[in-house]
Amino acid sequence: MSASDKELQEFRAQVSAWMQENNPADPGFLLPQTFMEVGDERQLEFLREWQHKVWAAGYLGMAWPKEYGGGGLDPVYQSIADQEMRRHAVPICFNVIGLGWAGPLINDIGTEQEKARYLKGILTADDVWCQGFSEPDHGSDLGNAQLRAVRDGDEYVLNGQKIWTTMGNFAKYMILLARTNPDAPRKYDGLSFFLSPMQVPGIETRPIRKITGEFGFTETFFTDARIPADCLMGEEGQGWKIAMQTLQYERGAEAGAAGGLSMVRVTIDDMINQLEGVNRDGEPVLRDAVVRDQLVQAIMEEKAMVLGDRRSRIPALTTDYPGSLPLSSKLRLTEMTRRMRQLAINLQGAEGALYVGDDEARQGGFWQRAYFNSFSATIGGGTSQVQANIVAEHILGLPK
Amino acid sequence: MSVVGSTALSFTDEQAMLLDVARQFCSDKSPITSVRAQLETETGFDAALWDEMVSLGWTGIALPESCGGSGLGVATLVPVIEAMGRAMLGTPLINSALAGQLLLRAGNGEQCERLLPALVSGAPATVALLDDADWGNEAVTLVLDEQGVLQGEKKYVPDAAVASLFVVSVRHQGEIALAVVRSEQLHAGALRANTLIDQTKRSASVDFSGVAVDQNNIIAGSKVVPALRDIRLLGALLVAAEATGSAAACLDTIVDYLKTRKQFGKLIGSYQALKHPTVDILTATDSARSFIYHAATLAGEAALDKDAEIACRMAKAQACQTLLYAGDRAVQFHGGMGFTYECDAQLYIRRAQWSQQQFGDAQHHRKRLAALLLD
Repeated sequence: MSASDKELQEFRAQVSAWMQENNPADPGFLLPQTFMEVGDERQLEFLREWQHKVWAAGYLGMAWPKEYGGGGLDPVYQSIADQEMRRHAVPICFNVIGLGWAGPLINDIGTEQEKARYLKGILTADDVWCQGFSEPDHGSDLGNAQLRAVRDGDEYVLNGQKIWTTMGNFAKYMILLARTNPDAPRKYDGLSFFLSPMQVPGIETRPIRKITGEFGFTETFFTDARIPADCLMGEEGQGWKIAMQTLQYERGAEAGAAGGLSMVRVTIDDMINQLEGVNRDGEPVLRDAVVRDQLVQAIMEEKAMVLGDRRSRIPALTTDYPGSLPLSSKLRLTEMTRRMRQLAINLQGAEGALYVGDDEARQGGFWQRAYFNSFSATIGGGTSQVQANIVAEHILGLPK
Repeated sequence: MSVVGSTALSFTDEQAMLLDVARQFCSDKSPITSVRAQLETETGFDAALWDEMVSLGWTGIALPESCGGSGLGVATLVPVIEAMGRAMLGTPLINSALAGQLLLRAGNGEQCERLLPALVSGAPATVALLDDADWGNEAVTLVLDEQGVLQGEKKYVPDAAVASLFVVSVRHQGEIALAVVRSEQLHAGALRANTLIDQTKRSASVDFSGVAVDQNNIIAGSKVVPALRDIRLLGALLVAAEATGSAAACLDTIVDYLKTRKQFGKLIGSYQALKHPTVDILTATDSARSFIYHAATLAGEAALDKDAEIACRMAKAQACQTLLYAGDRAVQFHGGMGFTYECDAQLYIRRAQWSQQQFGDAQHHRKRLAALLLD
């Protein structure tokens, strides 16, 4: 089924033309840059319509099986479609937990019934998915999750709380990590993995207002919530293993993810370009010696990340502390992003103090909001401090 | 077009093999005890070890086969120099290679054929570029007068005491030119040795006044200024490669100590106040290594283009800042022991300060990068 270079080239041109033609006009309100920033119905409906359109055009789930709404093609097609989406800077495909976590997992280890029930709705954006991993007292310590699931006949009874549930208030389903055996000798062995409905009595969501002033996450409370026993994925006790398996799909379509942009990429070029027209000491800000030095350092940081990715694929140049480049990349990338956005505001002059909602805010307050939102990545998925511990212990071999 | 620019990075099997051999050689032949044994000697290196390096072909790697070299190009020196940096092995290799590159890039065929074979067979050469302490000053004050006689002094000439050949930037008939001077032409007392912060390195002020340069050892013309510019960039790259190796060794030294030293009943490596900066050193060293091999990928035998210039300058800025941070933290993290001469942290903090001042410091390069990237 492998495609010729010519076929792929033609396909790329076709996607490119479609994206060019269908890239939506500015809706007049700030769109989310990541799926974690979908704060209101207006944004949700806009993104739902967009994702549906991309799927209907055949550019989403291209490598998923045809019978479940996919395209049944080689993943290389989806990778090309994703590249073109990025190049045309189209909106994100927001149903990320479905497209990149739950969906590929169901595809890989789900039953026929699960595939039939869930996969198509993920692609069409009819069914929004969320993730219930983090808990209030165990932010970065996933293996210690305490939400209880107790088997009772044909049902499991859920009690406990999850937090940082992205789109929890919009979601129809949740991938849920819950403790079925509190007495397991290893804490990991007491965990199980569920594909849980959200609209059942006993599950309540409370939106969390973020530093941006917007919404996007919920606290999710489970009080004697009953879900069918067949929501269990795999077997009891396999929760940790399955949760870890979801992480591999971050590598994109080749690894099984449905595709689509999960976030708008903001580059150092965007940061520099936004300074157009900003003055400092009566001169363009880009003439200022101190600012120039800061920008060069920021460019070097971004370039080092790209080069590191290149070097990580050359075994002869990664013999020192093998694994350091991939294992430190989350830490480095998220911290770099945060610093770059902070600098972007800093360089705007007095305008830097304006925020989303002010007509005169540069790019509608894009950078101010982006800076605040960047903390979701330096905190979520293991804080930078935890990441640094992981690198220190796993790569450098330092003691716990 | 993005300001990030070229992200080319490749590494040939030949370079990989050389890196392997160089790593092994340097760790076998240059343990820290041997490095320390040379700290207070006149030349700063073991002549027998230098002969072995010559027989491995390192002095000829970047020189053409017609001159006895192996013609692998200057980029192939990067893994070798990185390995030497890791072992804190000095020797005149960097500057000898730069002298060879300067002759190759600015000299004519006759000059190359006459002068380069001696370099390949191990006679150390060096470059004399600085008239003062300012790497940003490209004016040359040392004069080669109408009679072909030099008037003036060069500063911070590396390995001057052992160099058999000096390639000297001069002002000649209103233009910048090069003069090739043999060591035996220097008058007695021409060298005033520097006491360097890095005791594995040697340099001197060299008074060239009164030296009559042979006509066929004057290199003038349009190739000189671009060649000098390239040599400064290649010098920056090779010092960056060396500093990257030293930073990696410094990191190893820190990690070893953090895994063995106990305070308040715990291994000090378990304290996040030490753990996290150590991770910062790791990631900075990772960046430095990516930059030097990126620059090595772009630096060919032809005049360096804009991408290569950016790469060399970034490599230098990154590597030297990294080593500065690593050396500084190495002393601090070793506590009272770190304050002693006996602790190896001193070798790295000294190397860091020396490296920063070769071929322009980080600020120097970032200032030029700003013009290359933002204007």
